[in-house]
Amino acid sequence: MQKQEEITTVIRPQKGWVPIDIPEIIKYRDLLYFLVVRGIKAKYAQSILGVGWAVLQPLFTTVVFTVVFGNLAKVGSDGVPYVIFSFTAMVPWNYFSGTLTDSSNSLVANASMITKVYFPRVVLPLASIFSRLLDFLIGFIAVGGFMIYYQFIPSLNALFIPLLLIILLLTSIGLGLILSSMAVQYRDVKHVMTFLTSLLMYAAPVVYPASLVPEKWIFLYSLNPMVGVIEGFRSALLGTQPMPWESILWGGLVAIMIFVFGAYYFKKMERVFADVA
Amino acid sequence: MLPEKSSNRNLAIEVLKLSKRYRIGLAEEKQETLALQLVHLVKAPIRNFLKLRSLGRFRSEDESVFWALKDIDFEVKKGEVLGIIGHNGAGKSTLLKILSRITEPTKGEIRIRGRVSSLLEVGTGFHPDLTGRENVYMNGTILGMTRKEIDRKFEEIHSFSGIGKYIDTPVKRYSSGMRVRLAFSVAAHLEPEILIIDEVLAVGDAEFQKKCLGKMEDVAGQGRTVLFVSHNMAAVERICSRAILLSSGKIVFEGSPAETINFYLSGGKAESKWGKIPSHYPRNSYHTGICKIESIELSQKSLRDGYRFRFGEKISFDLIVNSSEELGVIVTLSFIDQTNTPISFSASNEMNRQHLFDLVEGKNRINIEVDQTLLPGDYSIGLNIWDPNGYPYDSIQSFGSLSIEKFGKGGRGYPWGKNLGFVAFQIGIKNESYET
Repeated sequence: MQKQEEITTVIRPQKGWVPIDIPEIIKYRDLLYFLVVRGIKAKYAQSILGVGWAVLQPLFTTVVFTVVFGNLAKVGSDGVPYVIFSFTAMVPWNYFSGTLTDSSNSLVANASMITKVYFPRVVLPLASIFSRLLDFLIGFIAVGGFMIYYQFIPSLNALFIPLLLIILLLTSIGLGLILSSMAVQYRDVKHVMTFLTSLLMYAAPVVYPASLVPEKWIFLYSLNPMVGVIEGFRSALLGTQPMPWESILWGGLVAIMIFVFGAYYFKKMERVFADVA
Repeated sequence: MLPEKSSNRNLAIEVLKLSKRYRIGLAEEKQETLALQLVHLVKAPIRNFLKLRSLGRFRSEDESVFWALKDIDFEVKKGEVLGIIGHNGAGKSTLLKILSRITEPTKGEIRIRGRVSSLLEVGTGFHPDLTGRENVYMNGTILGMTRKEIDRKFEEIHSFSGIGKYIDTPVKRYSSGMRVRLAFSVAAHLEPEILIIDEVLAVGDAEFQKKCLGKMEDVAGQGRTVLFVSHNMAAVERICSRAILLSSGKIVFEGSPAETINFYLSGGKAESKWGKIPSHYPRNSYHTGICKIESIELSQKSLRDGYRFRFGEKISFDLIVNSSEELGVIVTLSFIDQTNTPISFSASNEMNRQHLFDLVEGKNRINIEVDQTLLPGDYSIGLNIWDPNGYPYDSIQSFGSLSIEKFGKGGRGYPWGKNLGFVAFQIGIKNESYET
């Protein structure tokens, strides 16, 4: 038998603000993997279209928006067909709003796990955020389909898409950590989320172009990380506007702040999860 | 850091001054008038917020604070199998939850040396839409196994569960028994150095329970450290090498499983177990108030402490029975083991219905002498007074406490114990091949 280094665990009450234990998450990566797989499989279990819904859901919304905002209200679309204009925004937005709903619910829905077994709780919101990435990927491929149909060629700015993705993920994870840990103690979060995500959509350039926002509000508007992300996607793929670097910079900074705060806040709330869940 | 004392190296778990505080709900004030009720309603969100926030905060020692554990100290040596017993609400589950890091202690410290797995429930993380196979991986990783470990043990887990070809069927189509069997199989194949178990044996059908108990004994036999919480006293006595008794968040007794269980079952009062029967003691009676057992005493002062007997020693009881009229009755006596199972039976009429035992009106002093051959262990007694038709006048169960020692009548050691049986019958034995 191989001689193993003995692990000594000390359990004592924790005090103050401590960051999330990243080596421990790495130790539990298999659990994270299976939770992601479980999330995806459970979501599309016993359905005929399966992951096809990842395309159909944003597509139907886009069709409605095209009729309402594009045709009836005649909202501008920076000179590209409204369908592809809004669908390109709908894919990252759907990912974002989906992760907010899923992650805020992730701890409450798994309360039985939290009260029965020890594991780093942070894997639950993380898994719900990562399982949505499949939908995002499929949506992204559908955007490619639209681009071929409308004969768009992505600009060199498409090289910055990974950066946009990082901002998107940091925001999702940060907010997911805050909302999920709040929801354990205050179930109000669940009720708020039902309408908040649809309201928030109007605070981001999903159905309208950012160019419609008055100049004096543009800085405040840019503090929403989704503004830089969505306009960045449009710029990279459709070439509607130059890359909105200012929005990306401010949005990115806010995203990092949200992420760091989320990581500490979650850890602070974590210690009471099992007692109040 | 100071070097650790060498004795500490042999300890798997050290618990120091451990306390855990919870908040309990309090009744709300009642509002008398409609106006007050309206104000109460409007203020509800603020009140709710303060209440929810206070779940995790403890500023002042108000009356809604409840100590589930208070200054617990104990140690578990490596390879020891420690049983934890106690009434519901004594703090057992809280203790296990802190040991398995599910919840934080309020005060105190625990040091654990070695990899811990805890089983407070089987089948955690099972998802109804996933197949058995997928759930094995899911559940296994939740319990701290890696994917590789599960790959390696999968066949073993599968065959232990007896699920067979249903392994690739979604778990929601399983019977509840199948689900539990699969879940337990995963749990049983953990290989931690320290295992924490809470009542998981109470699952499945009798056959599977037996299999589980066997598996537990294997684990304990492999020299691993086990903490075992259960209400199944027989299992605690069989598996554990030591036991502690929790009551109201404190350790009230620590010792061998038999001693601890005995202390627990006797209600924590080892001395006053015999004598007058307390007024609230549960009785069973068909004819109310005609005839009542007032007290049961051991008549002789035997061996040590007055309640320990040698193997084969005669035991005699003195009873006081109050009867409101002259009666012909049947008196029966049972010896009862620690799991509350009666294991022997004796009757005053020696199985003859016509042969009744006479009671006078008023106080009856009765002596019963038992020529017992109980195997060494701890017992209580049950005493019944019946009418000739078999309906009880009075009945007292699990009263008192006595021990049969591992010494015979002549003071010689008696080697056999209660794990082999309960009663030793005298037998005649001869080898017939020698007969001519």
